[in-house]
Amino acid sequence: MSELRSWTQIPIGGYITEPQNSVKNKTGSWRTQRPVIDQDACTRCRICWLYCPEPAILELNKPYVTKGGRKYNLTFEINYDYCKGCGICANECPVKAIKMVPEVV
Amino acid sequence: MTQVVEKGRERSVVVGKVGLTTNYAVAHAVKDVDVDVVAAYPITPQTTIIERLAEYVANGELDAEFIPVESEHSALSAAVGASAAGARVFTATSAQGLELMHEILHIASGLRLPIVMAVPGRALSAPISIHGDYQDLMNVRDTGWIIYIASTAQEAYDTVIEAFRVAEDPRVLLPVIVSYDGFLMSHTTEPVEVYDVKAVREFTPRRHGARPLLNPERPVTMGALATPDWYYEIKYQAINALKASRSVIDEVDSEFNRRFGRSYGAVEGFMLDDADYILVTYGGAATWNALEAAKEARGRGLRAGVLRIRLFRPFPTNDLVKKLADAKAVAVVDRAIAPGSPVEGPVFKDVYIALREYGVDKPVISVIHGISQRTMYVRDFYELYYKLKDIASTGNVPRESLYMGLR
Amino acid sequence: MGMASGQIKVGIRTIWDVPKEEYFGPGQLTCAGCGPSLAVRHILKAAGPDVIVVNATGCIEVTSTQYPYTAWGVPYIHVAFENAAAVASGIEAAIKALNRKGIANVKAKVIALAGDGGTYDIGMQALSGMLERGHGVLYVLYDNEAYMNTGIQRSGGTPRFAWTTTSPVGSRVRGKVQSKKDIMSIVIAHHIPYAATASIAYPIDLMNKVRRALEVLDEGPAFLHVFAPCPPGWRIDDSKTVEIARLAVETGVFPLFEWDHGRFRLNPPSNMHVDKSKRKPLINYLKPQGRFAHLKEEEIKAMETEVDSYWDYLTRLLKAFG
Ligand SMILES: Cc1ncc(C[n+]2csc(CCOP(=O)(O)OP(=O)(O)O)c2C)c(N)n1
Ligand code: SF4
Ligand code: SF4
Ligand code: SF4
Ligand SMILES: [Mg+2]
Repeated sequence: MSELRSWTQIPIGGYITEPQNSVKNKTGSWRTQRPVIDQDACTRCRICWLYCPEPAILELNKPYVTKGGRKYNLTFEINYDYCKGCGICANECPVKAIKMVPEVV
Repeated sequence: MTQVVEKGRERSVVVGKVGLTTNYAVAHAVKDVDVDVVAAYPITPQTTIIERLAEYVANGELDAEFIPVESEHSALSAAVGASAAGARVFTATSAQGLELMHEILHIASGLRLPIVMAVPGRALSAPISIHGDYQDLMNVRDTGWIIYIASTAQEAYDTVIEAFRVAEDPRVLLPVIVSYDGFLMSHTTEPVEVYDVKAVREFTPRRHGARPLLNPERPVTMGALATPDWYYEIKYQAINALKASRSVIDEVDSEFNRRFGRSYGAVEGFMLDDADYILVTYGGAATWNALEAAKEARGRGLRAGVLRIRLFRPFPTNDLVKKLADAKAVAVVDRAIAPGSPVEGPVFKDVYIALREYGVDKPVISVIHGISQRTMYVRDFYELYYKLKDIASTGNVPRESLYMGLR
Repeated sequence: MGMASGQIKVGIRTIWDVPKEEYFGPGQLTCAGCGPSLAVRHILKAAGPDVIVVNATGCIEVTSTQYPYTAWGVPYIHVAFENAAAVASGIEAAIKALNRKGIANVKAKVIALAGDGGTYDIGMQALSGMLERGHGVLYVLYDNEAYMNTGIQRSGGTPRFAWTTTSPVGSRVRGKVQSKKDIMSIVIAHHIPYAATASIAYPIDLMNKVRRALEVLDEGPAFLHVFAPCPPGWRIDDSKTVEIARLAVETGVFPLFEWDHGRFRLNPPSNMHVDKSKRKPLINYLKPQGRFAHLKEEEIKAMETEVDSYWDYLTRLLKAFG
């Protein structure tokens, strides 16, 4: 929660002058199930990244070598700060590399 | 007659005296301040303003985008958009058009956008009437706009210039309505001194970029959703800005006087110094006819006076109380009705409360007149002065509004 | 995947051409799996930072600007529900005037964004006015087929038979009685330079259409009708938003097409769907949606007839203007 400031301390007209400061809303807390990417099965196709509404999938320049010995320069990771657990990514992944698992409290 | 003309003004700022209706005087002022965007929709008695502005744009006298919108709701919406993007914006409307805008009136002030709008007052349907009164204006008095009510074409011309200066002042940033009598002023021609365009533009300097604008260089979000945790504070900021605008309004009026030799004040008194009986009025016809009546009454020894309210919002409580403090009885002449209220004159309520707030206890009555331009005869006001005298001596103060001119 | 766009020439060819930059979110308060949220993300990726967004009241507005936080990385204004097109007209006019007069030098293009309620219904007049006056504005309709912000009420864009809270399923009336308004025909009747349908399931097609639309704004307005399912409103699983949107195209319920300077063009995969046998069965689209759960055989038949007759109409348009 942001600090509740007085009327003298807020920008004119209720304007919000800091772009995309909604990153302070950690919507990940809403999640009841979490997507988990199997990095060995993932083919780095970018589809989950494209379809995530939040967006809560990070495309990282992070090399990865699969158990089968395939080398990738990219890694897709879930940003759990914002992932709402909708499951679109898992549903759209063409190789079913994403599993939805229940959040345990 | 209405203005204090200061001796020292440079006569050179006046480039001519022309016959203009108040509507044309307003259009002239809008051209002189060099607006960037005009968005408006026709409605009587406003239409001739925007016809004139369309002509100015068409023949290159005014370099502006004229948006011939498909409704008044869109007129003010387009004005809001244009103002948020940094343009100097004007619109105008009356009656049904002002009602159709209503939703956006609150938004324009809430978003702190310095739009200027002319409102020649008109009666509201039903029954439909194109004729003048101030029902439309009274219905929007609580929308957070600064509201002036002019009494002459000259004053309307001057006030539009002042309005842009006030609205855009970084200490204010609020929209402004300049209202006046529909037809009785909007369509009647008076001599108007118009000023040198350079002087007008110097008086209304552009402050582009002095407030946050819609521009990719600095992305800003306007019109956000406020939860109850925030709504009150954001709203109060605009409410306070309206209150605080008064000092800027006075400052601009004084500077206008220095520059152009006229000032009007927030209220204007006529023969008030020793007045026992005062009619409080607004607009042109009610004021000038009341003044005629006052002169006649004075001819017969009754100390009559007139107090015209020029600045309606923020309400000039202090000035008004000072001017009325020594009167024996006061009548507030409303050209609008607040149906079902304890007393049905909308401005009466403001005046009454103002006096009570300052502990001034004297008979004040509410008079309704000039509805849909019902003729307000001088003799009506003359009789009113004697009625006030009666009331003062008997102490019988009517508890309900007096509907004058009603069959 | 239906993502490789064959037809459109400009811009984004493959998924790897999709810009990385994000101008919307995260942290907006849309429901999990919100179709409109994804639409906005894609639209802004395609448009880039030099835009000004005007948003009508609705789900996107309330979820993206809850004070003191905004999800928007571009200049943004919300004024009211019915006037996005009018506000956008004013901004466009202001930019023109300010640039011409040398007061400012603003490069931004103006995008109006409204839901189906804000477009088919209450915003129709302002939209028509904007299109008629020819403002260089891209108007985006994100269509989730009901008033979602106020809790799932029917709009002129809600399909026939769909359950909503104001088109409930009872013993006498079974969902919405009327058919979905043909908004594209209404828009096209204004003879604007560019109008297209798009879907969140086909982001590359959508992004190219955004780019194309922004390209024509010097000539006049552009319009994009973006199909964007809403899980709570449609009674579908959060994970099915994109799948359902794809099925809408594949079953021919929501064809992808463009009007570009008077020429009509069906886009893949809809360009195959003039031939009904290439369309998936309608039931595939209806079945997963709770809002259609009450449909009987004959009602599904009636819906199918409607889809077929719309395709008849499109086929005739293709013959005349293709
Ligand atoms: C003049 C007016 N009438 C009604 C409303 C209430 N209202 C707010 S949003 C909304 C529905 C929005 O529906 P739509 O445009 O489809 O957007 P969605 O919420 O589905 O994204 C309604 C009815 C309003 N804000 N203003
Ligand atoms: S969709 Fe699946 S395969 Fe493609 S990048 Fe995401 S996790 Fe990997
Ligand atoms: S579950 Fe939904 S929100 Fe989370 S990463 Fe996948 S698509 Fe994004
Ligand atoms: S109700 Fe529907 S459209 Fe609205 S935020 Fe939720 S998912 Fe998005
Ligand atoms: Mg909707």
